[in-house]
Amino acid sequence: MTLALGIGVLVAGGVFLVLQRGLVRITFGFVLLGHAANLLFLAAGGTQRREPPIEGTAALGQMADPLPQAFVLTAIVITFGITIYLLVLAAAGKGDDDTERLP
Amino acid sequence: MNLLIAVPFVVPLLGAAATLLLRRAPRAQQVASAVTLAVVIADSTLLLAATADGTVVASQAGGWAAPLGITLVVDPLAALLLLVSSVVLLIVLLYAIGQDISGLSRAVPQVFHPIYLVLTAGVCLSFLSGDLFNLFVGFEIMLTASYALITQAPTRARVRASMIYTVVGLTSSIFFLTGIALVYALTGTVNLADVAEKLGAAPAGLRMVLALLFLVVFGIKAAIVPMHFWLPDSYPVAITRISAIFAALLTKVAVYAIIRTQTLLFGRDDVSTVMMWIAIATMVIGILGALVQDDINRIMSFALVSHIGFMVFGLALNSVAGIAGVLVYLVHHIVVQATLFLVNGLIRQYVGHTSLRSIRGLTVVSPLLAIFFFLPALSLAGLPPMSGFVAKVALFQAGVQAGGWLIYLGLTAGVLTSLFTLMAIFRVWARAFWGTPLPDMLEARAELRRGPDFVGRRLMAATTGTMVGVGLLVAAAAGPLTDIAFTAARDLLDGRAYIEAVLPEGAP
Repeated sequence: MTLALGIGVLVAGGVFLVLQRGLVRITFGFVLLGHAANLLFLAAGGTQRREPPIEGTAALGQMADPLPQAFVLTAIVITFGITIYLLVLAAAGKGDDDTERLP
Repeated sequence: MNLLIAVPFVVPLLGAAATLLLRRAPRAQQVASAVTLAVVIADSTLLLAATADGTVVASQAGGWAAPLGITLVVDPLAALLLLVSSVVLLIVLLYAIGQDISGLSRAVPQVFHPIYLVLTAGVCLSFLSGDLFNLFVGFEIMLTASYALITQAPTRARVRASMIYTVVGLTSSIFFLTGIALVYALTGTVNLADVAEKLGAAPAGLRMVLALLFLVVFGIKAAIVPMHFWLPDSYPVAITRISAIFAALLTKVAVYAIIRTQTLLFGRDDVSTVMMWIAIATMVIGILGALVQDDINRIMSFALVSHIGFMVFGLALNSVAGIAGVLVYLVHHIVVQATLFLVNGLIRQYVGHTSLRSIRGLTVVSPLLAIFFFLPALSLAGLPPMSGFVAKVALFQAGVQAGGWLIYLGLTAGVLTSLFTLMAIFRVWARAFWGTPLPDMLEARAELRRGPDFVGRRLMAATTGTMVGVGLLVAAAAGPLTDIAFTAARDLLDGRAYIEAVLPEGAP
């Protein structure tokens, strides 16, 4: 339930920011959306079992699913790279984002 | 065989590293890139020869059996697309080399070559990957490379186009991740074959949601209406070689992903009504956009959007003939779009832009250029005996076989779209190719002829000519191509061969 709420708040904030003007805000919006997707992955692996997935340290039924964590790691790296690229674009195209402030 | 399957994306990555090291030796860099792509072409030919009879070959990278390890799969569809893509990639590369030699381009070759090869690796990995997450990684490699490529020779317009392009690409990536997470929550696996087996037990409503989610994910990248608005704003702005390769390949990789997921994973669910409406909207709205544009590059971009509709149409038929038609159309469209954008690059030599307002009399300025434009343009409109005609006949025949009022509506839209495409092309022809050339165009020609960059310009013209030739070859080889397409379509709709190749002992 906490996880679902967390994902909901992140998505709401992310969508709000992505719809803003200015590339920096859009970038932060995507960071939030990326985190929401990552939490969704962790939720997909099941939140009931959270012992380390190493033989001998926990009962088989209690071990966490390591695969979503590996996915999340990959996704974080990719999102991080793209975030930097977006920030570079924001800096390179400063003042050129095709928007005007309404009076 | 295992090694052969890995070659199409491992070798370009090695090539990218090599070209990065060779950045101080432009000639060696060019040779390294070309050799890399030649190796990929040779390998794809071998893969196609091995799978042309409908065999599906799976390779378990790392030695862990599916569904635990990373699975690479090659079937007739993947092999066919690999071959066509790598041929187009090589020809566009040679064109780019010609541009660099002639000094006509402001792109930085030291940067271009490595990223171009990374893009190649991403495209090939997308075709070959046998699990959803690897498909995501393939897509990301391809997209990240394309984000960087679209800003080559940066201008204000290009940086802004890149903003739109990157933000839209990211949106589809986030949806993709969400989709993978939901599939994993539902089935506990991301291996395509395993997912296909396990989705059968899932509730029909959830399956439908996932099918539509993946349609949106790849639909954004394939630029189907109503998710098409970004394409005509970003592709035409990039430099010639980039818009050529983007128009030819990137949307088609997304179409490939739609075909793969909608047949293998969600084949038993019926989203075909939705897809038929999307197809009709894409065809009509796309081509109406093309009719009102004043820039050749933008006209071609809208035509690209509209012709994606034909592929969605064939897929919505959900029959062997329909999907075979889509595959023939894919091959035809990859080649034709690349050719047209290369020709637009040749036009830019004389006028520096592609706006119809100030181009006249190209037939006088360069008759060869006129022929290079005319043949693929007719093919795009679907006039016989070009490859576009063959592809459209295959699709329309499949449509008539299936029958039903919605399909007839789709067929009507298809015929109208072809007609409008012809109109758009003749607008370009009448305004840019006929008439008396403007004085500055003749001056530009005289200057180009005097220039020291003759070799490079010859190479650009020769590669464009080769591309036109490949287009004619597609029409000439329509028989064998259709055979392979039907074999691939049967494999896709059946799905057994794919699943058995990946999971020989059945799902665990």
